[in-house]
Amino acid sequence: MNIHIKRLLRPTFWKIVAAIILTLGLYSIYLRFTGGLAAVTNLNDHFPWGLWIGFDILCGVGMAAGGFTLCAIVYIFNIKKFKPIIRPTILTAFLGYLLVILALLIDLGRPWAIWHAIIMWNPRSVMFEVAWCVMLYTTVLFLEFSPVVLEKFRAEKLLKIIRGITIPLVAIGILLSTLHQSSLGALYLIVPTKMHPLWYSINLPWFFYLSAIGVGCAMIIFESYLSSKAFKKNLEFELVSDVGKWIVVVMSTYLTWRFMDLILNDKLSLLFVDSIETYLFWLEIVLGAIIPVILLAIPKIRLNRAGLFVSACFVIGGFLLNRLNVSVTSLQGFSHVSYFPSIYEIIVTLFLVTLGVIIFNLAVQNLPVYEKTEEQILVEFEIITDDDLKVQEAK
Amino acid sequence: MNRKAFLIDITECVGCGACYEACKEQNHLPQTSDDPLRDFLSDKTYTIVEQRGDYFVRRMCQHCEEPTCVSVCPVGAFTKTEIGAVLYDESKCLGCRYCMQACPFQIPRYEWGSLTPRVQKCIMCFDRVKEGNLPACAEACPTGATLFGDRNEMIEIARQRIAENPDKYYQHIYGLEEVGGTSVLYLSPVPFEELGFNTKLLKTALPNFTHDALSKIPSLVSVGGVLLTGFYWLTNRKNEIAKEKFEQQKNQRGN
Ligand code: SF4
Ligand code: SF4
Ligand code: SF4
Repeated sequence: MNIHIKRLLRPTFWKIVAAIILTLGLYSIYLRFTGGLAAVTNLNDHFPWGLWIGFDILCGVGMAAGGFTLCAIVYIFNIKKFKPIIRPTILTAFLGYLLVILALLIDLGRPWAIWHAIIMWNPRSVMFEVAWCVMLYTTVLFLEFSPVVLEKFRAEKLLKIIRGITIPLVAIGILLSTLHQSSLGALYLIVPTKMHPLWYSINLPWFFYLSAIGVGCAMIIFESYLSSKAFKKNLEFELVSDVGKWIVVVMSTYLTWRFMDLILNDKLSLLFVDSIETYLFWLEIVLGAIIPVILLAIPKIRLNRAGLFVSACFVIGGFLLNRLNVSVTSLQGFSHVSYFPSIYEIIVTLFLVTLGVIIFNLAVQNLPVYEKTEEQILVEFEIITDDDLKVQEAK
Repeated sequence: MNRKAFLIDITECVGCGACYEACKEQNHLPQTSDDPLRDFLSDKTYTIVEQRGDYFVRRMCQHCEEPTCVSVCPVGAFTKTEIGAVLYDESKCLGCRYCMQACPFQIPRYEWGSLTPRVQKCIMCFDRVKEGNLPACAEACPTGATLFGDRNEMIEIARQRIAENPDKYYQHIYGLEEVGGTSVLYLSPVPFEELGFNTKLLKTALPNFTHDALSKIPSLVSVGGVLLTGFYWLTNRKNEIAKEKFEQQKNQRGN
């Protein structure tokens, strides 16, 4: 009896929180579109990009990196045992991109002109590349996710077409993601004198790319942990532990490269300067890279459900801090103004995150995101073909 | 028409603010301050005169030779005209504000409170100059501290001045080479950093920084495509061999 009440109450509490956030978020967006950016943001002429760019866009795109990472693992490297978690991961990436577009529509000064990038070209601009990557990759994610919806509505013909182009679709998705993740770093190549030297590097696109793969892996772990909790799908854990190993490889490469970059550019002394930038740099590196690499290198921790989850959280936390450091911390010194997001900027950000979680839950409850019979999973696990299954069924 | 430029000689400027007022009038900008020396650049103020100790320093868009704002705008809302003026077209702009983020001189200003916000900055009085007139500020300047003319001529005058009066001038023409050169040149009696100029700027034009990254895209895509296909083929082949074996075994068992 007790359990029942608890079960009923717990979601209700979160529902209330979500409702409050959504209402406040909508109100902030209303203010934004009636009073302009000045009415809701702390942005100014010296600090034109704030939390919405730093978190909603840079972090949003990064967190969607699980999508292309897992697609590469399953379809290109043909490690099929990961297939059971591919749908939820693609769903996350797809929602991530949709929310990024929504964030853009709120942040852009003239959102109705967003489509201009399609006809007014300036291929010299990194932002142009970013715009095209967002458009194309969102389309690819839509197509990659569409089988889930098509299955639900039994649109067999369309399903067949989409299934037929899975591999090229996945390949295009990986290329686009590579371009997009790295181009977000390349956006900052143009400000060599404005950016704090601890972050500015000609290798920024690579750092963005590598850390995106790292956080992509971490997101795979994070999501399968949560979904195993929420939806009682337990089979993923054994697979997911392997992902921890790759994080060690990716993040230690990333770490080495970043320190090599500092050494080669004579910036080592900056690491010991007493300044807020130095502390945030260390926080980002220690939290987001050093600690999880050490943790995940220890098999005992990696093979432990909680250990794996906590390590993934470190990677994600460090990643978020990195993107905010690049987009906010590293630019504050030069602009001589300190920017801190307004309450409205924070609310809109929470609004987008909440919206994402709600849509994800709705999709999982109503679409065959996780629904797969034991046999179907076997098909992907072992190397049994669909035909075998049919033969079995016929018997 | 030849490439034009301003030559601003800080030693000659008396801080009268005539340029500031003329600019406001010419561009129909509202009054923002009683004292030109205390105003700052904004969406309603394209040029200011700053007091720095004993000196007065005009500031405005540098009209770079290879403008960062032009290169970063995704939709090409900024253009560098033949005469040198860097112009903005609001009908293209998305409002991403990358131009503001990227400008090495922190020049573009935004109409933050507007629902149809524009990026604003000095436009070198393009319409006047096109017709052979001086920009409003240069015409208004009573002392000749703001000169305007062909860029080559301005450079000549600047060179001559610092060569003939080495005691009066700090030996540098700001804007001649900074970020690949600009269409606003400054002469100063003291080192430029003392007057708040950014002297850490490189001589290379900033767009080159992103050009390197962007030019790698085609090869990245083709190499990536080949690699992906290769990997796919390899790993798929491996699985297929495994599958064949599996079937063989199954058949044997079946027999
Ligand atoms: S100073 Fe800034 S706004 Fe002016 S042309 Fe140069 S980059 Fe563009
Ligand atoms: S704000 Fe407008 S002009 Fe500036 S870069 Fe973006 S689209 Fe171009
Ligand atoms: S009008 Fe000439 S002298 Fe007067 S403030 Fe402007 S530049 Fe200086």
